[in-house]
Amino acid sequence: MSSAMLNNKTTQNTAAQNTVARPKGFSIDLKTWGPFIALVVLAILGVLINPAFLGLDNLSNMLTRSAFIGIIAIGATFVITAGGLDLSVGAMAAFIAGVMIILMNSLVEQFGAGITTIVLGIGASLLLGLCAGFINGIVTTKGKIEAFIVTLGTMGIYRSLVTYLADGGTLTLDWAVRDIYRPVYYGSFMGITFPVWVFFAVAVIGYILLNYTRFGRYCFAIGSNEKVAEYSAIHVDRVKTLTYMLQGVCVALATIIYVPRLGSASGATGVLWELEAIAAVIIGGTMLKGGHGRIWGTVIGAIMLTMIGNILNLTDAISNYLNGTVQGIIIIVAVYLQRASWRKTRP
Amino acid sequence: MPSIKTAVATITATAALTSAIGFSGAAMAQELTIGVSIPAATHGWAGGVNYHAEEAKKRLEALYPDIEITISTAGTAGEQANDLEDLVSLRSIDALVILPFESGPLTDPVRRVKESGVFVTVVDRGLTEEGIQDLYVAGNNHELGRVSGEYIREQLDGEGDIVVLRGIPTVIDDERVQGFQEAIEGSEINILDMQHANWNRDDGFEVMQDYLSRFDNIDAVWAQDDDIALGVIEAVRQADREDELFIVGGAGMKEIIKRVMEGDELVPVDVLYPPGMIATAMDLTVQHFVSNGPVLGEYILGSPLITEENAEQYYFPDSPF
Repeated sequence: MSSAMLNNKTTQNTAAQNTVARPKGFSIDLKTWGPFIALVVLAILGVLINPAFLGLDNLSNMLTRSAFIGIIAIGATFVITAGGLDLSVGAMAAFIAGVMIILMNSLVEQFGAGITTIVLGIGASLLLGLCAGFINGIVTTKGKIEAFIVTLGTMGIYRSLVTYLADGGTLTLDWAVRDIYRPVYYGSFMGITFPVWVFFAVAVIGYILLNYTRFGRYCFAIGSNEKVAEYSAIHVDRVKTLTYMLQGVCVALATIIYVPRLGSASGATGVLWELEAIAAVIIGGTMLKGGHGRIWGTVIGAIMLTMIGNILNLTDAISNYLNGTVQGIIIIVAVYLQRASWRKTRP
Repeated sequence: MPSIKTAVATITATAALTSAIGFSGAAMAQELTIGVSIPAATHGWAGGVNYHAEEAKKRLEALYPDIEITISTAGTAGEQANDLEDLVSLRSIDALVILPFESGPLTDPVRRVKESGVFVTVVDRGLTEEGIQDLYVAGNNHELGRVSGEYIREQLDGEGDIVVLRGIPTVIDDERVQGFQEAIEGSEINILDMQHANWNRDDGFEVMQDYLSRFDNIDAVWAQDDDIALGVIEAVRQADREDELFIVGGAGMKEIIKRVMEGDELVPVDVLYPPGMIATAMDLTVQHFVSNGPVLGEYILGSPLITEENAEQYYFPDSPF
């Protein structure tokens, strides 16, 4: 465990200060920069396929789109690093979006279509996310049930609840509220859209939390060896529950910027987001079995997943039916390259 | 003490339940029971199907006191096959109205229902084998594509650049696209690209965003479906290009019909593919038993163009879709 942590420290120093090769530096570099290099290669491919890829609009669209999965994936990085798993995030996002829309629609009568309504909606969203995460965490830890089963269960529950709330159809946000809320997705500050700012802020906070706080170190320790962590007087259950709550808040944040995009939620909202989030985390170099997490890798993983879809939309050279194949190959190759270099660095 | 109480309560309840089941079974034999099997409301269009089925049930049961209608919804094709068995063995239905989840896997279960002497009405998705159903009620996917294609061709005076957003890769999607391509054949209309947006708002939004950054000139968008169309509308609005193009969706979602009704220039028309077809099928099935005229064969709904003038008759504000 301690060697893994030490190793990780080295990695951060390299990343943070951008220092040049230490003795075994090059391979370590490859490991850290692996996802980033894959991203650059993919971007070059994008430009070759269609120069429109580099258009400012396209880049902005793409980054903005990646924010949902990205923010959720940052939460997932904590859960996975601490040896857990959360399959419920996509359904949770749909459920929170549904409740938010219903709440804001009903608040319009009382407060009118104004900031108050939206702030209350956002508040409710964060609270719901926190509670949903708490439930996942407490049932996993106190109930001693595998996270896979617990979150598979809550995934089904939230998915059917949103379908029930929407009467099988689609919940649509009141148009007047939507007009005020709309800039949260479409607006920008210094030429960068708000969702991207939120994504960036969550990433920075996540990075600090995971690498420079006791909570982060506990996550690494628990993910490496839960028993040892427990003997080291770490409150394992509490820390694990906290990671799920953090995940819940991340889902709520993603939902808050998702709702103004189309102003609607249905049973089809957020389908498979959980897998995309987990994929982003793994592409970024976090270990699925826990014990090792990397926030910036996750960020790049999320952007890469969105980029693949974007590039495929920019060309008609590949049959539409094969989109899934291309995505699958790129994901596997990206992770393979990284793991190959990981092997080399091992003593 | 409490344990005896509980036991007594349980026995009483069980007895009551058993007699109730026996009783209702006996009562049912005298009336006409129609089983309706539809997919669960997991997406907008299916939500509309559920709504219209419930409405038709209320209306028909009020109209014909002897008729009892049982609606069962299934989340998967397998579940639906189980539902069919239950409808036959537990509810002893006289007629079945089914909107199959998928054609292939349900063909055999429906055949077994038919063999037990039940009148079978198949809705929307045809079975893979002929001669099982007594009545077939469906929308016309080929026609939907053709009507959309003709409208776009007419509006653009036979020339222009358009983009197409396709649905989930299925027979339904293929038929629509085929009809569309036939309608624009021979004109100067150029399809810049076709990508799958899977009948989904988010996918529609993203695919359209990419079309907009890729093509400087788009004269029209065929979104084929109203959920996709809603995503497309947002992408176009974001890019501030509402003035250069128009969007043609399909299905008849209330939000889109409302826009058409209000004369929205971005969404001037819609093409009907109504979830209400389940009600049509239920009506016709009842007619088979109560009418003196024969009700058999195929009933294919038209896919009329919904315009500002006629939109009101297709607008159901209470429906979830």
